[in-house]
Amino acid sequence: MAYALQQLINGVSLGMIYGLIAVGYTMVYGIIGMINFAHGDIFMIGAFVALISVVMFVSGGIMEGPAAILLVLLISMCITALYGWTVERVAYRPLRGSFRLAPLISAIGMSIVLQNYVQVAQGARVKPIDAMLPGGVTIVEHQSFVVQFSYMQMLIITVTLAVLAIFTWLVTRTPLGRAMRACEQDRKMAALLGIDTDRTISLTFVIGAALAAVAGTMFLLRYGVIDFYIGFLAGVKAFTAAVLGGIGSLPGAVLGGLLIGLIETFWSAYFSVQYKDVAAFSILAITLIFMPTGLLGRAEVEKV
Amino acid sequence: MLAVDTVSTAYGAVQALREVSITVAQGEIVTLVGANGAGKSTLLMTICGDPRARSGRVVFEDRDITALPTHEIMRLGLAQVPEGRRVFPRMSVMENLLMGAQVARHDPAPLLRQVFALFPRLEERQSQRGGTLSGGEQQMLAIGRALMSKPRLLLLDEPSLGLAPLIVRQIFAAIRELNEKEGLTVLLVEQNAYQALRLAHRGYVLVNGRITLAGSGRELLAMPEVRDAYLGGGH
Repeated sequence: MAYALQQLINGVSLGMIYGLIAVGYTMVYGIIGMINFAHGDIFMIGAFVALISVVMFVSGGIMEGPAAILLVLLISMCITALYGWTVERVAYRPLRGSFRLAPLISAIGMSIVLQNYVQVAQGARVKPIDAMLPGGVTIVEHQSFVVQFSYMQMLIITVTLAVLAIFTWLVTRTPLGRAMRACEQDRKMAALLGIDTDRTISLTFVIGAALAAVAGTMFLLRYGVIDFYIGFLAGVKAFTAAVLGGIGSLPGAVLGGLLIGLIETFWSAYFSVQYKDVAAFSILAITLIFMPTGLLGRAEVEKV
Repeated sequence: MLAVDTVSTAYGAVQALREVSITVAQGEIVTLVGANGAGKSTLLMTICGDPRARSGRVVFEDRDITALPTHEIMRLGLAQVPEGRRVFPRMSVMENLLMGAQVARHDPAPLLRQVFALFPRLEERQSQRGGTLSGGEQQMLAIGRALMSKPRLLLLDEPSLGLAPLIVRQIFAAIRELNEKEGLTVLLVEQNAYQALRLAHRGYVLVNGRITLAGSGRELLAMPEVRDAYLGGGH
């Protein structure tokens, strides 16, 4: 029981990270109908910007503790958002109105570009940082097995919930969110109502990248090591999460992320670590057989 | 108020409009009648910049809008109720209406009251999703949404399509009321030529992307070629 509880804590904190990345996939898919294959690498950029800020502020001894983490998070969100905006501007917008596969191919290209850019600029070696928030709370102690809820996990869960709450408010309650949903449902009509759809799409990329930056920062702080290649697997997992939850559905992305995180963690704990990815993808395949639109996705039936 | 001057438009290699010229003056209801595929909807969309005119000019209130992007044109005081209504299906009626006032600088509240007074049904259904409304309600919503931007020129594309005669009459009465009381200028595209020509001050007949006839509503109604082609000889 104690063991399972520990896995639950681990699984939820991992799932939150996937969920944050998955929201970016699902948002972009919803609004322009493409899979942004470079999104995993935007997450990686977020982790690297966080790494550089940590080295600058914390290792330099200028700041420490929660204030430093908040600062690192904000810097990473801002700079990564700029990357997200640039990627859309350079690689996707010129191809709008072109055939459907063009931006997809461009996205794969962008993914390779970002990976190689970081590899060249930062080196291919794995980069470690010191733990910024060591320790935790012992919840249960059962026959020498200690269930620990680390401060870092608490931080991941709190920050993710806060960010998702702000994001949900933005999408459902503000004029910007309404414009985003309008572009998602009928872009031509949105333009006929005076909405600058290109600007709305840009902002979607900016928001998606900022969320990926939160995930990247959390990943760096939790695991302490990153390299230029982390975006690939995390991206594939988060994409899986988005599809599992129903691509295009924002709550679905978070739910899918949590499920993938939990499946992976529990499979590693009870069966074998080597096959954790197989388990996650198998669950996806099985779900899609019975629910082709994902858990919270909707079938495209609309009244004419 | 609006002048379309020898405009040609094409979708790829298919020529949709050939040197079309029409004008709409302040306070008028002007209608465009014509068969399916004559280019009526294309003309409305070309005025809004999507597709862009290949040649010719579109002038709105002395301003050349031919080259402006759609969203900038729509901020100048035009609104369109497009073909197929295009209500946002997964937004509530209220949100659909607010979308109409999204980029406007005025307070939406008085306009909302006005739209609800015109179409009380929308007020009853304000929290229902757009996609779940009936065809007639969606048409009311599309018109209401267009009015929320407080337009000076309203472009209406087939407001009677697929609706029961009673609702068509309601909608036409609403258009007339807006024109008479609010001074709203209307450019109306209709297949239902008889009712449209009776409502309109002036009309144009569009055949294969060309304007073939023009005149006052009454004149056009009386012309034998119009009667034969669009009124089924009867009425």
